[in-house]
Amino acid sequence: MTLNGRLIIAGVSAIVLLGACGKEEPKPAAKAAAPAAPESITIRIGHVGPLTGGIAHLGKDNENGARLAVDEANAAGIKIDGKAAKFELIAEDDQADPKVGTTVAQKLVDAKVAGIVGHLNSGVTIPASEIYNQAGIPMISGSATNPQVTERGYKVTFRVVGRDDQQGPAIAQYLSAERKPKVVGLIDDATAYGEGIANEVEKTLKAAGIKVLPREKGTDKTTDWKAVLTKVRRGNPDAVFYGGMDATGGPLLKQSRELGMKAVFSFGDGACTNKMSELAGPAAEGMICSQAGLPPQAASKKFLDAYKAKFNVEPILYAPFTYDAANLLIAAMTKANSADPAKYLPELASISHAGATGKIKFDEKGDRKDAEITIFTMKGGKIEPTAVLQGGKSTKFDDFIKAAAAAAAPAAPAAAEPAKDEAKK
Amino acid sequence: METFLQQLFNGLTLGAVYAVVALGYTMVYGIIQLINFAHGEVVMIGAMVAFTIITLLANSGLPPVAIVLIGTSCAIPVCMIVGYALERIAYRPLRNAPRLAPLITAIGMSIVLQHVAMMVWSRNNLAFPQIIKTETYDIAGASVTNIQIVIVILCLVLMGGLLWLVHRTRLGISMRATAQNPRVAGLMGVNINREIAITFAIGAALGAVAGVMVGSYYGIAHYQMGALLGLKAFCAAVLGGIGNVPGAMVGGLLLGVIEALGAGYIGDLTDLCAVPWLFAGLAARCAAGEHISLFGSNYQDVFAFLVLIAVLVLRPSGLLGERVGDRA
Repeated sequence: MTLNGRLIIAGVSAIVLLGACGKEEPKPAAKAAAPAAPESITIRIGHVGPLTGGIAHLGKDNENGARLAVDEANAAGIKIDGKAAKFELIAEDDQADPKVGTTVAQKLVDAKVAGIVGHLNSGVTIPASEIYNQAGIPMISGSATNPQVTERGYKVTFRVVGRDDQQGPAIAQYLSAERKPKVVGLIDDATAYGEGIANEVEKTLKAAGIKVLPREKGTDKTTDWKAVLTKVRRGNPDAVFYGGMDATGGPLLKQSRELGMKAVFSFGDGACTNKMSELAGPAAEGMICSQAGLPPQAASKKFLDAYKAKFNVEPILYAPFTYDAANLLIAAMTKANSADPAKYLPELASISHAGATGKIKFDEKGDRKDAEITIFTMKGGKIEPTAVLQGGKSTKFDDFIKAAAAAAAPAAPAAAEPAKDEAKK
Repeated sequence: METFLQQLFNGLTLGAVYAVVALGYTMVYGIIQLINFAHGEVVMIGAMVAFTIITLLANSGLPPVAIVLIGTSCAIPVCMIVGYALERIAYRPLRNAPRLAPLITAIGMSIVLQHVAMMVWSRNNLAFPQIIKTETYDIAGASVTNIQIVIVILCLVLMGGLLWLVHRTRLGISMRATAQNPRVAGLMGVNINREIAITFAIGAALGAVAGVMVGSYYGIAHYQMGALLGLKAFCAAVLGGIGNVPGAMVGGLLLGVIEALGAGYIGDLTDLCAVPWLFAGLAARCAAGEHISLFGSNYQDVFAFLVLIAVLVLRPSGLLGERVGDRA
């Protein structure tokens, strides 16, 4: 199409020139046509998350975050290797299914994407990351919190979100310090994520000397929890932790109250959404939950405004993280002046980036250094941040925001420092 | 004991829902020996339509019960149309084809309906407006909600109504005649096509009611909610004897109770610490108060299919049998 267009333009201008001044050579016309197509390269970035199924709303949210980053990069007119870079987001649906996830991963590898943002679920990210690792394509997940994601020594696997072995202990710590339960019931949805986070909660609670009831399990599609809850009720827990997503956590919470359970219910990030109050109704009031990182409302105002202006909705959960993940890929490519994974990977590993979710640096495993965990409480149908835990220290959320605002001014020069450090080495 | 009673109540509610859905399977099977695998999706459409109407009216100031009734009475005709359309488009042209062909179109229609619903109602989990206030009653230590009681009573009423329809009305007689021998029934002046279409529509109407039950009980509606529910209700129908109306009822309730008790007790039954002499190596962990179960309550969904296999192996005609002369 473009070739034909150019030929036609060249042909027409040549004819016009010939007709206007027949004696002149047609060379200038050919020269004029060449700069009309400036040199550009298209860089493909893949995004994968579930766009169908029970948590499609979270998948779309993730995709929006990455799309925003890509669109902003295109608007900024980034040049890589002297050529105008056009970033293209290839969004795929993994249906939150590990089997589909690997198929889609192979498809993206075959499409020669330069980097991947995703996947959403830990259980899907783990097998898919093997395929990206073989192909040497960097992958940054904005939401896979299972420790195994970065524990296999893959050089190309990163995440910008905290790990369950940080998140689980954090919520357990908060629970035992603030609510002081004697007996805690544990339920999970038998996925890599749910089981992983429940294991970490169990470890921390046991270390704190709190009695933990035998683990109960559902699936990621369970809607009838009454049998499971009846069994948990028998142990008379003061608190219950559920490792799973909001689609199953909402009915679980609702049914627990129907069974007359009075325990405090606590959840990981998968069920840390406002959707819980819609799904569980009044039963959701007072539940506590944790999110790795900072809540969307604590993300930078610039991001929040841009997201809302573009998609006309509020970010739900991980969008600031996928936004940062896509930006990290783009920043590393810009820094390395190349979209070749082998060339920009070292830049990505040593990057120091001020993102929508705060300062991002990776440790040697590809995990984010000093990731914060936020604890929320459901109040009046909305989850509200109540505390931030960082490195085992708990801060009230309001105090944290104040401290962050105070630190915001000198934050920019601080970001430049590590680069100097790197140079010294 | 109160745990057992609670599991029994949990199971009965679940079973009542299965029973109403199973009625739809059994009616259709009874009349044309077709397993309408799209029936689960009809239930889903019922829940979705009711969801839309109830959401629209939630803030209208009408009494909550009236809103739910309006929602249900909108869902019923929509589902009846869907049920009729299924029969007209996917099954009637294949009525004389090998039996595998309509089974395949049934699965095809179920996929089509799921995706149409996905396009109309989005792929999100829809939170069913919980406008009816849940009251919890305490019966001998077990908690039962008003919604659970309504579901079980409604299930019994629907069942009674259906039996009356099949055995005491002119329509029922012609339906049974069609079931016994369509050709002879035709010769006797029964309009077979009409009877079959009505059977589909009635089954779909029951599905719509079941959809509203599920939606208001669990508080959630999703375009894939019908798939597993439909399969389990099918198991319930086979358990009771497919084609047999009281069988669907018995099978449904029984399956619900089996599932609830199974999920509630499988962990205890497969607890390795209960048989310490078998696994000496675990003695230390068991002494520390740990429970090491082979299977957990996440195997809840397995019971329906175990029951299906057991019935097909041991008693293929189901508990109450495929009473051919009685089917409708």
